[in-house]
Amino acid sequence: MKHYIKFALLIGALALSACTNADRFNNSDAVDLNGANAANDINQSALDGVNNPSSPQFFSQTIGDRVLFEVDTSTLTAAGRNTLDGQAGWLSTNSDYLAVIEGHADEQGTREYNLALGARRANAVREYLISRGLASSRLRTVSYGKERPLAVCSEESCYAQNRRAVTIISIGQNS
Amino acid sequence: MMTRFLTLFVAIMLAFATITPASAQEPLRLTLRDGVIEALPFALPTFQAEVAGSEGMAADISRVITEDLNGTGLFRQIPASAFISTPASFGSAITFPDWRAINAQALVTGAVAVNGNQVTVKFRLYDVFSGAEMGEGLQFAGTTDGWRRMAHKVSDAVYSRITGEAAYFDSRIVYVAETGPKDDRAKRLAIMDYDGANVQYLTDSSAIVLAPRFSPSGDRILYTSYESGFPRINILDVATVVRQQMTTAAGEMAFSPRFSRDGRQVIYSLANGGNTDIYRTDLATGQNMRLTNTPAIETAPSFNPDGSQIVFESDRSGTQQLYVMSANGGEPQRISFGNGRYGTPVWSPRGDLIAFTKQESGRFHIGVMRTDGTEERLLTSSFLDEGPTWAPNGRVIMFARETQGSDGTTGLYSVDITGRNLRRVTTPQGGSDPSWGPLQR
Repeated sequence: MKHYIKFALLIGALALSACTNADRFNNSDAVDLNGANAANDINQSALDGVNNPSSPQFFSQTIGDRVLFEVDTSTLTAAGRNTLDGQAGWLSTNSDYLAVIEGHADEQGTREYNLALGARRANAVREYLISRGLASSRLRTVSYGKERPLAVCSEESCYAQNRRAVTIISIGQNS
Repeated sequence: MMTRFLTLFVAIMLAFATITPASAQEPLRLTLRDGVIEALPFALPTFQAEVAGSEGMAADISRVITEDLNGTGLFRQIPASAFISTPASFGSAITFPDWRAINAQALVTGAVAVNGNQVTVKFRLYDVFSGAEMGEGLQFAGTTDGWRRMAHKVSDAVYSRITGEAAYFDSRIVYVAETGPKDDRAKRLAIMDYDGANVQYLTDSSAIVLAPRFSPSGDRILYTSYESGFPRINILDVATVVRQQMTTAAGEMAFSPRFSRDGRQVIYSLANGGNTDIYRTDLATGQNMRLTNTPAIETAPSFNPDGSQIVFESDRSGTQQLYVMSANGGEPQRISFGNGRYGTPVWSPRGDLIAFTKQESGRFHIGVMRTDGTEERLLTSSFLDEGPTWAPNGRVIMFARETQGSDGTTGLYSVDITGRNLRRVTTPQGGSDPSWGPLQR
């Protein structure tokens, strides 16, 4: 259900950006017109990506590239395991891809402890993906502790989004 | 010399007695550490310009010395408007009754001579109550661009002579300068004088840098860098600003480094497979030693002054607590037992106390406790205080404070170990993770 909502929002956002471009088209000279066309092309490919099950956009948006954690824990939730099952399936199918799993913490903690906590979270995801049959050599971890918050308010609504592990995929060699 | 010292102590005790009679029998040292004292009033007439054209420098140096002494909270400047007389020249006799009349306990006189890019600073310190000079006059000479250091050296001498303890004014801080919003913060290493002057940047902001730590002699800085994409420990040479990655034991992430007091060993955390433990590496031989081996998070290690013990934090009990173990590892002893969570312990340079960050009921505190965990004392309280570092004399602690909310910013603060004299340290941008270097020579 959530995915449908996300998808709808995305369509809405694209529609909006198309309108903006149309306005600019009407008021601009030839140089700007080329620019507007280029922007449309980029948006169009992103839309395809979400629909294309083998695209990175499908991985990050439709399956979900992140799992969230409770305060001061690295235990995967049922929702988190569900997301990771999807990630594992995708990575099994798209075997060219490698992943770096980033562990993060909210700001309620000392810097060093949060680095270590982020390492625990990233590793919990890595271990789960390995248990789902992925080769350990495809999965690296890194912790950012509290250095890279997504949401900036000092309230639980933001903290909950920041206590996360994000799977970043790329094609290439894990050094 | 001994007699002079004794006289000094007696004079100061008497001086304090006039302010706080209850502490008349207490040794001076205890007065500074534990008593809630009234600041000692001092007079510092603007230093004389001994050479024409030195007036501006003389005024600047006088101002910095006054700020140093006022900034301790232990001394209080008597404004020049209260002065009855001022010495006609640096060498002229002191009219002590004029200074007693305005209740100045100490009088600092001085002179400044600028010749080209050379500057000479002379000073004398007087105990007004006994009408005697405290110690001998001193002279500092150097280049004009080092004028602030010369002012700090005068302050160091005045502080030491009056308290009988080492000072900390001619020292530097390395810290993380922070700019930008919380979700896009740029961090780079910066170094500055203890009072926030002379900021210089040591790295750019292309990679996250965290928690720099001065070597005991101040010649090198350890810090954590994400240059490689993963946290690794760098060693930076302060004089050349050349950095290199430190070779640690094998691990996915290395962070939280700190030097031993002789500067030869580094203790740090390594994370492997989600588990963080403490390791030690000898910089000369490259020999590594694993010091903890549990599934818990062990991090933030800090040596005691003689290098025989290490204090660190661990969540092996279920929450972050402080532990002390041998520098070779082995079974640690838990020393923190209060409510809440304890982290980032730092052993005092005197060896008597451990400073820490405490989290309790949604608030953060900087505190100190004895090395056996007794006599815990919280010095600060805010939304987020963390990362204490000790002044070289073990009397003052600097730390970082972050304000709440989406536009939260970071800044450096200092507080003395009695919890008095909380002050913001002025930095050009935000600042975090301060590390206080040694008294310079």
